[in-house]
Amino acid sequence: MKKLFKEFFKGIGSENPTFRLVLGLCPTLAVSTSVINGFGMGIAATFVLLGSNIIISLVRKSIPDQIRIPCFIVIIATFVTIVELAMKAYAPELSKALGIFVPLIVVNCIVLGRAEAFACREGVFASMLDALGMGTGFTLALLLISAIRELLGNGTLLGFLILKSFDPVLYLVLAPGALLVIGLLIGGINFLSSKRRSA
Amino acid sequence: MDLAMFLSVIIGAIFINNFILSKFLGLCSFIGISKETKPALYMGVSVTFVTTCASIITWAIYNFILVPFHIEYLRTISFILVIASFVQFVEIFIKKFSQALYRTLGIYLPLITVNCAVFGVAVLNSEMFFKRGINTLTSFTMSALQGFCVGLGYILVMLFMSGIRERLELCDIPKSFKDAPIAFIIASLMSMAFMGFSGFRF
Repeated sequence: MKKLFKEFFKGIGSENPTFRLVLGLCPTLAVSTSVINGFGMGIAATFVLLGSNIIISLVRKSIPDQIRIPCFIVIIATFVTIVELAMKAYAPELSKALGIFVPLIVVNCIVLGRAEAFACREGVFASMLDALGMGTGFTLALLLISAIRELLGNGTLLGFLILKSFDPVLYLVLAPGALLVIGLLIGGINFLSSKRRSA
Repeated sequence: MDLAMFLSVIIGAIFINNFILSKFLGLCSFIGISKETKPALYMGVSVTFVTTCASIITWAIYNFILVPFHIEYLRTISFILVIASFVQFVEIFIKKFSQALYRTLGIYLPLITVNCAVFGVAVLNSEMFFKRGINTLTSFTMSALQGFCVGLGYILVMLFMSGIRERLELCDIPKSFKDAPIAFIIASLMSMAFMGFSGFRF
């Protein structure tokens, strides 16, 4: 039981896909202009991760080793198509805001990386927890980045005006701001963890 | 199909909407392989080749298979499968054809399968040009052109970045900012410079 909990929490902390493994950056940077977009992207990616991890770990014994990557990609692409169609039907505005980054979940390195590194070796339940942990870690990272960018770049949070007597820094909502925020965040996290290790 | 449209696609793909700096596609390889100039250039050339071919192939798939059978919703699955198998095919072909070329480019090819830039350009083409209403020849030329120019933009930024990072080796950077974090901050400054191009109008 303790081991299973570890599978879940490593995705949030020690092996956080965004800050630790530096994977899946394209959607992280592109959609984190507002908290709602970031959250939608996080949920969509978590769903794809969960579905593909479960299916891949179920069929892992019948996939020949040489053609496993194409097999994984087809399974992942199926789930991405489900998300794409569902989002178009039930959340058309979100789907418009995320644009081409919804089909692009298919090439998100996190999903294929987890399939390759975890789901094709471990049992269904462990893979499920791994996917949930990674998905949560990814969503939290997206929320953090998008909250910083929305708050400082637009003065709002979830669409509500928060910083009233403050000129928003438009720079942070634009493309360069995303790169700057993630660079500083990764550097800061490195700094904090090296402090903790030496203490 | 006039000159202005051509120019706007070329300048747009290379400078204004540069895939790495303003669309954030292909960032993983951009941060990963830009430590030295030579590998960065080889990677850029391979990406350009694959984006151009992938644009042409996905155009054919979309117009001759997906549209006639009304299964446009299978776009994601069919595109990624075709791109993955095409990259695999190129790898096998180069291996048989020229060992020397394989040794320089071979290791980058598997990385291209999951490079968002390749799949991104296919999806972007399909949103911009494949929709019915634009005549077939125009959409074909524009897609191939956009695929090629996106690759050129990728090479350009890879070269800039690897040049800067080679110099950076000699600098005294705070330990926690080494490698990825400082690369992101440089990319941010570069992206700001590239925003200057967005004033271009055709």
